[in-house]
Amino acid sequence: MSSSGHTPMRTPLGRVRGLGSAHSGTEHFFLQRVTALANLLLMIAFVGIVICLAGSTYEHARSVIGNPLVAVVLLLTLLSVSIHMRLGMQVVIEDYVHTEGTKVLLIIANTFFTTAIALAGAFAIIKISVGG
Amino acid sequence: MVELTLPKNSQVTAGKVWPKPASAKTLTEFRIYRWNPDDGRNPRIDTYYVDREDCGPMVLDGLIYIKNKIDPTLTFRRSCREGVCGSCAMNIGGTNTLACTKGMDEVLVKGAVNIYPLPHLPVVKDLVPDLTNFYAQHASIEPWLQTDTAPPEKEWRQSKEDREKLDGLYECILCACCSTSCPSYWWNGDRYLGPAALLQATRWLKDSRDERAGTRLDYLEDPFRLYRCHTIMNCAQACPKSLNPAKAIAEIKKMMVERQI
Repeated sequence: MSSSGHTPMRTPLGRVRGLGSAHSGTEHFFLQRVTALANLLLMIAFVGIVICLAGSTYEHARSVIGNPLVAVVLLLTLLSVSIHMRLGMQVVIEDYVHTEGTKVLLIIANTFFTTAIALAGAFAIIKISVGG
Repeated sequence: MVELTLPKNSQVTAGKVWPKPASAKTLTEFRIYRWNPDDGRNPRIDTYYVDREDCGPMVLDGLIYIKNKIDPTLTFRRSCREGVCGSCAMNIGGTNTLACTKGMDEVLVKGAVNIYPLPHLPVVKDLVPDLTNFYAQHASIEPWLQTDTAPPEKEWRQSKEDREKLDGLYECILCACCSTSCPSYWWNGDRYLGPAALLQATRWLKDSRDERAGTRLDYLEDPFRLYRCHTIMNCAQACPKSLNPAKAIAEIKKMMVERQI
């Protein structure tokens, strides 16, 4: 138990009710399951693409990724995995970090990090796919 | 951050080995957590020997034997001695359970019965934990029938089928074995309601006579109150009444999704 001991004059029920319900969490919970399912399907396609491209030349890889279907599958995989990773990491932070300031900073950093790598990855895919 | 080690004044030290009862033939060793708030010392593990021919077979029988015949200062809660009241919940042989319904021979580790208070709660003394927060969490889900329709002349009626939906939920005795076995409750017990309170919440959400399901769900819809449950399932494993709080919590999550899509 972390902070409950700091306000001894408060009634136990007052402490439990705290600031009330956030009226959220369901969307987070549901999206984590939806992206898990999407990951399962997309990863099969993704691993298939990687196996096909293993050992091939850069030109061949570019022509395969140039196929719109392949590029879209790669982009979808990146999107789904990034959202799933952000949601999952947020849960881990909320579970284990109990200092309010640090927690907020880490949750913001988590969003920055996933957005940055998702966009960098997407840029790379698009560049390889359509770039000159 | 989560604390993975005990603070210095909570670290458990070696305790006293109490003399074996004279002329006893069959002995069982009990290693019990002791802590007295008044002596300023760290917790310690005392060793006792119980004469099995002078004592019933359950762990609680052993504890009562020790209190009556060896060490009257040993402190623990007990009442019904048959798994109905939930008072004697403690950590026995590494699992949270009721001392009254657990046989000594079922829990021997290296020939000894190891007993600690329920994990991750403030200790009042020896095997008595402070359940104030646990009870307040139960009170917070308002575990009583709530209606807005004027009460009928006799009783609120319920079909047999609807009554059956409460099976596996109403039997909870609030012993706290489940909540205190849950790692998520250890780390966030001040905000996460825990399996026991959530099982009771499900019991009222599923009651066909209750008219406040929406308000109950509103109260629970929170990243901490409900969604700290990560389906670890320790609760179901620990429950001495063989209930499944994890399943009950999954039902609440299902209702949350159901009312949104």
